[in-house]
Amino acid sequence: MVSEALISAPLNQVPPSEILGPDSERASGVIEAERVTKIFSHPDGSEVTALKNVSLKVGAGEFVSLIGPSGCGKSTLLRLVAGLERATEGSLRLDGKLIERPDAERGLVFQNPYLFPWLNIHNNVAFGLRARSVYKLNKELVAQYLDLVGLAKFGRVYPHHLSGGMAQRASLARALINQPRVLLLDEPLGALDAFTRMNMQDEILRIRSEKRITMIMVTHDVDEAVYLSDRTVVMTPGPGRVETIIDIPFARPRARNTPDFLRLRSKILEILHFAGHFEEPPYQI
Amino acid sequence: MTAENADLAAEGPVLNKAILGGLKALSGVKAILALALCLTLEITLPPSGVQPPVDRQYFLYFLILCAAVFLLWPALFFKKPSLRQAMKGKDDFYAAVFIFLTVLNLLTDKFAVLPVIFFPSPDRVLSVLVEDFTYLIVVCLGSSAKLLLTGFFSGALAGLVTGIAIGFSKPAAYWLNPLIKILGPIPPTAWIPIVLVAFPTTWSGACFLIALSVWFPTSVMTSSGILNVQNAYFEVSSTLGAKRLYQIFLVGIPAAMPLIFTGLFSGACASFLTLMTAEMVGVKNGIGWYINWQREMLSYANVYAGLIIIAISFYSLITLFFKVRDRVLVWQKGMIKW
Repeated sequence: MVSEALISAPLNQVPPSEILGPDSERASGVIEAERVTKIFSHPDGSEVTALKNVSLKVGAGEFVSLIGPSGCGKSTLLRLVAGLERATEGSLRLDGKLIERPDAERGLVFQNPYLFPWLNIHNNVAFGLRARSVYKLNKELVAQYLDLVGLAKFGRVYPHHLSGGMAQRASLARALINQPRVLLLDEPLGALDAFTRMNMQDEILRIRSEKRITMIMVTHDVDEAVYLSDRTVVMTPGPGRVETIIDIPFARPRARNTPDFLRLRSKILEILHFAGHFEEPPYQI
Repeated sequence: MTAENADLAAEGPVLNKAILGGLKALSGVKAILALALCLTLEITLPPSGVQPPVDRQYFLYFLILCAAVFLLWPALFFKKPSLRQAMKGKDDFYAAVFIFLTVLNLLTDKFAVLPVIFFPSPDRVLSVLVEDFTYLIVVCLGSSAKLLLTGFFSGALAGLVTGIAIGFSKPAAYWLNPLIKILGPIPPTAWIPIVLVAFPTTWSGACFLIALSVWFPTSVMTSSGILNVQNAYFEVSSTLGAKRLYQIFLVGIPAAMPLIFTGLFSGACASFLTLMTAEMVGVKNGIGWYINWQREMLSYANVYAGLIIIAISFYSLITLFFKVRDRVLVWQKGMIKW
């Protein structure tokens, strides 16, 4: 009887602009996915529909989490936004402009940091500047962004000397130095231990409040989604589609153990059918 | 017991320690003992007289030089850790070397147990090294080096170009892969009959053969190195704003570097082999040719001298190669050591 009241959002809901948060006045960083379908064709002729008819609008400066079991197409959606895949049908736009290929305006951070092992941390972070031939004019940015992620002293170190959390910080700095309008995070903290993960979540929030970037994050972790995002998009597999979108209206900084927090958390788990069995006691004290 | 006695008693171990410490400081007691044995036998035993005589006692000079190095080493390089390290822990090895030289000297010079023609005394080999030094180094080694380096670098360049093309371009892979698969495994020296006819000079032909032997492994390793780069690196770089050409040269090639060096190393080893064969078959100078020429004249002392020169120079080249590799691949952890 609890769940009925909680599941309120209709399917494929496009949110009203009021919920975009305090940054909605910013004009750039709006992602619009319209009736996107992605079908992967395999060489043996078989086809897999990863996404079917997905529409989603993410406002400027908004933090949206994509959550759902594997196969629900959340990573595919992120890769489509990044431009690493092309949609079979439908369109994706950033600030009204069609997304056709990867670009520095849409930064991407994977679960594995994928730092270039042959470059030290300074040069890893500087990679985007060099690739866009703007390094000479913006050299000082590298130190700034290393400082932003707390790696100011590690510029000369090679990636294999860094711990998992530090490497992920470096890869955040590498994506952010291009000053992207959107930062896409594909389970960025999935490989970290619980404590490092919680630290990094706060780090991401701090960076977000400093840089005001639209962020879309794929995650398996319901707590993480509730803790970080303005809205959580719950997706279901076979074929991948948006089940519902849940607003998380709490002010930041958030506490992880308030009743409201736990209520939203269990609501999402219920939608995903992972809430577990709970029998109500026959009597009350 | 008086205080004096106690002092004396304590002095014993202290003195022993000092002597032991002093001996350790000599960095290699066993090596020095072996060297002393070698020297003693060389001086005291008369030569058998079967080996052709030499002008000077080069082996004796060599041993004295070794003794000087071993005795003065700790004193000279006391403050240089890198040079001190060079001797450390090598005691048994150097001892074995001097024992080997002693046995060799006994078997050849002193008692002439081995056939004299094929097993010259250390004295004779050293005398060739000293008296023919200029000819061996400047003429023979110089000519070999010119041929080897020209062949190696052109082969390496060609291998890098084809390897990169195969790694990044489908049409290039389509046309070049069969060529590499069919021509590559043919030992370069098998081409000699054709090369001798097809090239204007034997030198250019030999150069081509060396290049061919470097090209094959370099090309294969470069292309497979590039094809094995995780796609995620290209994806990350494209979301960072890198275009195709930038990705090829600043992501694909650096990521493939470890395998490229493996290819270049196989190529270097193959090129040594090809160089020697080419010089023994066609080219009319170089260290390989020298060895073959001396063998035909049954001057085995010169053959051994040539072999020593080859060993030293190829060892130096490989060491240099690995130094360069270590410099380029500092970012890698756990590399194969040379």
